[in-house]
Amino acid sequence: MAKFRKEGKKEVPQVSTSSLPDIVYMLIFFFMITTTMRDVELKVKSSPLPKASEIQKLEHKALVSSIYIGAPRDTKLGTESRIQLDDAFATTEQIADWIQKERDSRNPADIPLLTTALKVHKDTRMGIVTDVKQELRKVSAFRINYTTLKGSALEN
Amino acid sequence: MARKTPEINSSSQADIAFLLLCFFLMTTSMDVDYGITRRLPPPVQAEQEDTKVKERNVMNVMVNKSDKLLVNGRPCDISMLKDLAKDFMTPRPNDETAPETEDKTFGEGIGTIKMSKGVISLQNDRGTSYAMYISVQNELARAFNEMKADLAKKTWGKTLEQLTEDQTKVINEAVPVRVSEAEPVDYKKD
Repeated sequence: MAKFRKEGKKEVPQVSTSSLPDIVYMLIFFFMITTTMRDVELKVKSSPLPKASEIQKLEHKALVSSIYIGAPRDTKLGTESRIQLDDAFATTEQIADWIQKERDSRNPADIPLLTTALKVHKDTRMGIVTDVKQELRKVSAFRINYTTLKGSALEN
Repeated sequence: MARKTPEINSSSQADIAFLLLCFFLMTTSMDVDYGITRRLPPPVQAEQEDTKVKERNVMNVMVNKSDKLLVNGRPCDISMLKDLAKDFMTPRPNDETAPETEDKTFGEGIGTIKMSKGVISLQNDRGTSYAMYISVQNELARAFNEMKADLAKKTWGKTLEQLTEDQTKVINEAVPVRVSEAEPVDYKKD
């Protein structure tokens, strides 16, 4: 006959914490890999960006190159809007070369998927943006994204 | 005889690791960018002739350098633009002033529907502010998105988010975003 006998009071064993450092290290490695320490050093004031509501997520960050437009951060350089490509100020004529450089650094199969993100300060005049767009059309960089904040466009 | 070295106490290893973890947690920027995605038209060939579009098929949206909006020659507020655009693009085959319509057949249960031939033409000045330009683009996009949502509701009783991939594809064909940006006009600078 089966016996159901309680064998005294069994203590719940302590949870072993010896693997805790390993778990934490795994998390560290995850964050170390996903972290991006520095985007680019911004020389122009591109924020605040305008607000919009009909927006899509900008996916595949590796396939996105950003053009920043805004007034220079350094107030000695005046308040006229300037273009920033990578880490330096640029003129519209340099965009074609820059796009070529961006394409060369990517896998040839990905070239049609390259997107140019325009990060433009909301008070910028459209003239400079139109010039940039015309320049992008000339080099067939047709996919563009006006990077915006989430919000109602009526508040702009 | 060498003395036995005492083992390094590793109980603080977890704390050190936690500190590092906190550092990376704080510095990580996993923010995603959002924005309005557009496709630029290919450059105009010099010999290309202007395509004639009937006047009733075009809705002219102009923004001047002081961010004032002009829709078909009439001043208009940005808050009205979405409804005006939606109203313009809604097919009305019996209305002589509305854009022409044509019958088109789609799969996935939409069947044959009337499609407007209307085009919204957007022109801005070099002095227009970027914020205003984005607002206009956004309001026009909102008009088309609402029309897509309406059609999705009518056809399948679903919202846009609930559609399958095929249905999304069909609805994008049935409600094309017909916004054309005018070529920049080079006004002579004085």
